[in-house]
Amino acid sequence: MTLRIKGHLKALENEAVHVFREVAAQFDRPVLLFSGGKDSVVMTWLARKAFRPGPIPFPLLHIDTGHNFIETIEFRDRFVEELGCMLLVRYVQDSIDQGRVQEETGPDASRNVLQTVTLLDALKELRADAALGGARRDEEKARAKERFFSHRDRFGQWDPKNQRPELWRLYNGRKAPGEHFRVFPLSNWTELDVWQYIQLEEIPIPHLYLAHEREVVQRNGVLLANTEFIEPMEGERIELRTVRFRTIGDATCTGAVESEAASVDEVILETGAARLTERGGRSDDKRSEAAMEERKREGYF
Amino acid sequence: MTMTKAPVETDLLRFTTAGSVDDGKSTLIGRLLHDTKSIFEDQLEQIEGASRLLGEEGVNLALLTDGLKAEREQKITIDVAYRYFATPKRKFIIADTPGHVQYTRNMVTGASTADLAVILVDARKGVLTQSKRHAFITSLLGIPHIIVAVNKMDLVDYSEARFEEIRAQFREFSAKLTVKDISFVPISALLGDNVVSWSDRMPWYEGGSFLHKLETVNVGSRRNYIDFRFPVQYVIRPNQDFRGYAGTVASGSVTPGEEILVLPSGHGTRIKSVEGLEGPLEEAVAGDAVTLTTEDELDISRGDMIVRRKNVPTVENRFEAYLCWMNEESLDPDRPYLLLHTTRQVQAFVDRIEYRVNVDTLHRESAETLGLNEIGRVEITTASPVFFDSYRVNVATGNFVLVDPHTNVTVAAGMIRGEVKRLEKLEDPAEEPDLVGRPVTPGVVWQGWNVPRAERERRNGHRASVVWFTGMSGAGKTTIAREVERRLFQRGIGTMLLDGDQVRHGLCGDLGFTPGDRSENIRRVGEVAKLFFEHGNVVLCTFVSPYQRDRLAVRSLLPEGRYLEVHVHAPLDELRKRDPKELYRKEQAGEVSALPGSGAPYEVPDSPDLSLNTAVTSVNDAVEIVLARLERDGIVPSAAG
Repeated sequence: MTLRIKGHLKALENEAVHVFREVAAQFDRPVLLFSGGKDSVVMTWLARKAFRPGPIPFPLLHIDTGHNFIETIEFRDRFVEELGCMLLVRYVQDSIDQGRVQEETGPDASRNVLQTVTLLDALKELRADAALGGARRDEEKARAKERFFSHRDRFGQWDPKNQRPELWRLYNGRKAPGEHFRVFPLSNWTELDVWQYIQLEEIPIPHLYLAHEREVVQRNGVLLANTEFIEPMEGERIELRTVRFRTIGDATCTGAVESEAASVDEVILETGAARLTERGGRSDDKRSEAAMEERKREGYF
Repeated sequence: MTMTKAPVETDLLRFTTAGSVDDGKSTLIGRLLHDTKSIFEDQLEQIEGASRLLGEEGVNLALLTDGLKAEREQKITIDVAYRYFATPKRKFIIADTPGHVQYTRNMVTGASTADLAVILVDARKGVLTQSKRHAFITSLLGIPHIIVAVNKMDLVDYSEARFEEIRAQFREFSAKLTVKDISFVPISALLGDNVVSWSDRMPWYEGGSFLHKLETVNVGSRRNYIDFRFPVQYVIRPNQDFRGYAGTVASGSVTPGEEILVLPSGHGTRIKSVEGLEGPLEEAVAGDAVTLTTEDELDISRGDMIVRRKNVPTVENRFEAYLCWMNEESLDPDRPYLLLHTTRQVQAFVDRIEYRVNVDTLHRESAETLGLNEIGRVEITTASPVFFDSYRVNVATGNFVLVDPHTNVTVAAGMIRGEVKRLEKLEDPAEEPDLVGRPVTPGVVWQGWNVPRAERERRNGHRASVVWFTGMSGAGKTTIAREVERRLFQRGIGTMLLDGDQVRHGLCGDLGFTPGDRSENIRRVGEVAKLFFEHGNVVLCTFVSPYQRDRLAVRSLLPEGRYLEVHVHAPLDELRKRDPKELYRKEQAGEVSALPGSGAPYEVPDSPDLSLNTAVTSVNDAVEIVLARLERDGIVPSAAG
């Protein structure tokens, strides 16, 4: 048979599958962090390939900020059903109601920081010893040094100075009780790799990734979708523009880019020539130069 | 607009860059990313801002790659960082490592997965000690290609003579190494000369640009495509009809129908199918993640290795290796470590440090231990056999890491040289007798058992096992073991009990109680126990066996899960009171040699399968505990069922 996946994508696919199988073998209760975004969709796709003809031997976990795009949630439920995966959802709203966290206020308010608490609580509740995430090293400088198997202490914290050396294809997942690992099978993929893989495998993705007309508000150089979670400030105008999203997170801080790319093929052409990193559209990273690193230490995804 | 599918048949080159803070390594990488248009506007904006904050003129491309806050403050990179860029020909992964002497460990980490190493040399300074260190590590890690980038050519007036001088210096040094292919390119990372495209400022240079070299070097030449090795990673068994062994082909290739052998059991069968990620395959090669199914249903699990019937790796529990120590806490030869090799995890001791390599001079130095960032040649003994090839021949089955079992931290990276050579050992008369490797009479070839144990076990209706009772004299080993045997016998289980006093009549009648004789005693008993084991029995052994090393040696003779170590103990005062054989009294009187745990050492087992304190546990309870464990482990059927 002729193979669809060749060359560097084949190498990346093999590597990711190897990591998935290592996780299933080394950990008792892994979970796959699922957001409905393209990276977590590709992750789920790869996990299914890794264990076929068996089912994925761990559940998906979605931390729902309550500020999601409706399209994301609809897509999530359809996708999970089609692939026959088990999905668990935990809500930031519950953490707020229980007084575990306090909601931010003001125009820049976001639940992005709050979800860390909900996530850590969920991992504890599920007694998860490994959380698989779709983060990639090309996304942001702080992630360039992240390991495939990233050790977290009992408080879910990441210590950049205390990460284990990772050599050859050997992944050391040994840990003390209460500690857990974040595992990133897509570490070596770039945004373009993910898109090419989606194209070749014909993987379904939320339509938010493709160009569509939408009401947006421009704020601090970022185009935010006009949703119930956004309140336009003085001087801000709601405009109708043709946009798409390059990442899909909390609707309060995920920026859109102006684009005419209405198909995956067009997105690939555009990504090949893109002049902004995908996280460039996320206002939460811009808060300070070392923003991502600080959030990671606290246990962010 | 008509769309064609993007060509994605580009391949992947992983390379490592090593250089010091001032060689301009970060600038070179920044230049590569910038000139291949792999930098995005917002990243550029970010580093422009950061450059201004640091009071620098223009854009500091080095800031692109200096990730973490701490290192940005210190202006050095302190860990391995991975960078990505692509050209229409290739996708590249850079493992960017710092060049300080204290970061040998990072360099080794980066080099472990690389096909090529870039070594930066400052044209003004020439080949420094650290360039040599980089070259040595590249060679040690078996990277086949080196590009020496002679940087800052703009500061030596683009001098051809200077370039040639450096090339000669480097060649002289590298003659001692085993790198297949070394090439040189004069560049200026700051100004971009010869980085992406050829520069007319050095018309005398006729080779390709730095990027051209990266794009044309042969990828994958590290892989072994001949010797099929398949470490089983995970068993996929969704239902009664499917049982597949998932894993990544470490080396060689495999096709359906091939005759295979499974290690360590040695059972043979044929490959029924090779399931790829997109469906059944006609062949899988090194690097492919696949799932294999077999004609016959065998008991195969994670850590086993599937190989071709007529091409098997070395199966040994002793080998020589190069070890790079990566932890602040130095190597402790008296402590067991966990050795991770392919998908296997075994206990291991570093028995001997033959020498330490001075990475700057390549001289061999004698050493008692290895500290952080030190590299040495060592001898390693594992609790059960490892299936390996020499790293030179097969990187995938020749590498391992050591993990500290207390902190779980990876403390060392190793490259296997090969088996311990018996001749070499004879050169060192001071060495203890070889108790771990199984001695073989020259010219005698091992034949498989006529009736395999598995067949005997099927007929017997229970599995075979060795239960090893260790502990000081008077602790109650024999009392418990005798009762366990009686109870098993009554249930129709095949048993044999080997007792210290019995074997000293006859089999070991020629041995005394010196440390060497005690070890030899245990070695012989281990071999005898193994014979009864292969006959399908539950073999109960009661021996003081004071040395961990000897107990490990016995354990290593048996398959995983078939050796149960039972530590029987009570406080020394209590034992002296009991003194059933009056040995402690005789020791006091000087009539017998010192007893283990009293006048002589007794090494308490680190992690026995069972620990029985007979000062608080009755004989009857102890017996029940042992029987329950044998049932739980599936050795004997449950008494109730």
